Amino acid sequence: MTEWSILWDAREVFSNGLIATVQLFVLSTLCAFVLGCALVYQLEHGNRLSRALRLLINLMRTLPFLILAYLLYYGLPPLGLRLSAWSAGLLALIVYHAAYFAEILRGSRLVMPEGYVEAAKAHGFTPLRLYLRIILPTLVIKTRPLLGNQLIIALKDTAFLTIITVQELTAAANSVQSTYFIPTQAFVVVIVLYWLISICLELALKRAARFGAKRGFDYV
Amino acid sequence: MSEHTHASDVPAVSIKKMSKSFGDIEVLRDIDLVVNKGEVVSVLGSSGSGKSTMLRCINWLEEPDRGTIHIAGQRIGVNEHAGRKMTGKELATVRAKTGMVFQGFNLWPHLSVIQNVMEAPIYVKGMPKEQARAIAIELLEKVGLADKHNAFPFTLSGGQKQRVAIARALAMSPEVILFDEPTSALDPERVGEVLTVMKNLSAEGYTMIVVTHEMEFARAVSDQVVFLEKGLIIEKAPPAQFFTNPKTERVRKFLEISA
Ligand SMILES: Nc1ncnc2c1ncn2[C@@H]1O[C@H](COP(=O)(O)OP(=O)(O)O)[C@@H](O)[C@H]1O
Ligand SMILES: [Mg+2]
Repeated sequence: MTEWSILWDAREVFSNGLIATVQLFVLSTLCAFVLGCALVYQLEHGNRLSRALRLLINLMRTLPFLILAYLLYYGLPPLGLRLSAWSAGLLALIVYHAAYFAEILRGSRLVMPEGYVEAAKAHGFTPLRLYLRIILPTLVIKTRPLLGNQLIIALKDTAFLTIITVQELTAAANSVQSTYFIPTQAFVVVIVLYWLISICLELALKRAARFGAKRGFDYV
Repeated sequence: MSEHTHASDVPAVSIKKMSKSFGDIEVLRDIDLVVNKGEVVSVLGSSGSGKSTMLRCINWLEEPDRGTIHIAGQRIGVNEHAGRKMTGKELATVRAKTGMVFQGFNLWPHLSVIQNVMEAPIYVKGMPKEQARAIAIELLEKVGLADKHNAFPFTLSGGQKQRVAIARALAMSPEVILFDEPTSALDPERVGEVLTVMKNLSAEGYTMIVVTHEMEFARAVSDQVVFLEKGLIIEKAPPAQFFTNPKTERVRKFLEISA
């Protein structure tokens, strides 16, 4: 039996891993993005809560992702909160990348021309509507390359979760290589799979780029 | 019915004893101004005299330190029932009665021309999309941009942008439209197209407060001309009187220089 046919026989392991990775990625980045947007809305208020959140966001960004994942998986049970590896990993991805999304949007908010906001206020937009309809779309279009970058980073961060025993794509490769001792081929397969997901992302980002260009938005 | 007749007597804008400082500098002092429905008030004065600040206090983009402002009879900025400042939401409902046109246009860049005009009616007034679209089509026709519905703001000339901004303000059927130097950022050959639209609006009976350096416009269109000097209204008169027989030496000088 050749090494490649071993891989073919293990296809179910890979496909399960792939599905898990895609699920983790899509779910976590969606939630992280929404959370990041909510954080930036709260920052608009400039009150005590905003300042506390600012601090938390900065703290999160100085933390290596793996430490956060460890903390949520191994550090919470002694405090009485036991999460499954999957939940802990998902939560870690969400919280961590929400901080980055928030920081990207906040940075762009600082340099957004105040005139757009004033025009909306003058036309009677409530603060929430103003944020959702005017500020947020402008920020997202403006920062689309940075947001896209963050998505790629989030995809790669899902691989860390193998260390807290989440059965995702990298875990699948690891299990195949340790069972059949074919590390090179096993990892080449997952590299290709990660690469395919990235290509899908790139295509989506190209569309986003065109959407922005059509509206006269420069790159950041 | 009687309430209605009453309502039409209420001024569109009524400012009483309004003052505003930035730090130690008093930018506006004891401003009193009543603008009746259908009136056009031009605000003149040299740069830094407080014209923009006055306009921005009317819709609470700047918060005055003292005085009261009523828009169509409703106090802006302060909830008198509750005896406190208005919340963001309360403020929004009063602001929805005013329109504003800025020197820098401030069209929302992510929205097409027609979307810019439909946005506030839909998301502020809760108007059905189709109705908002019908209104927007009519207004874009009125400002001469019927062929630009799907263009994005960055593709337009300054004069076109400003006409979209005017349509955007009109779409909310405001009690008053505030214009802050609407033609000052335009190429000279584009000024006329915007002034023409504004003249038409005044003929249709819109209430407008216009900060401008366009003397011809102020003379031809205004019901009142107000002159601001260092935060004080030093003259307030109908244009015939203001331009031919000013009371103060300061205005006389100003008119000489502008002529
Ligand atoms: N946000 C602000 N902070 C501090 N000073 C301001 C601010 N806005 C305006 N000013 C000052 O207030 C004065 C009046 O400004 P403004 O109302 O813009 O005058 P105008 O529109 O007549 O040129 C100027 O001296 C200006 O520097
Ligand atoms: Mg000004």
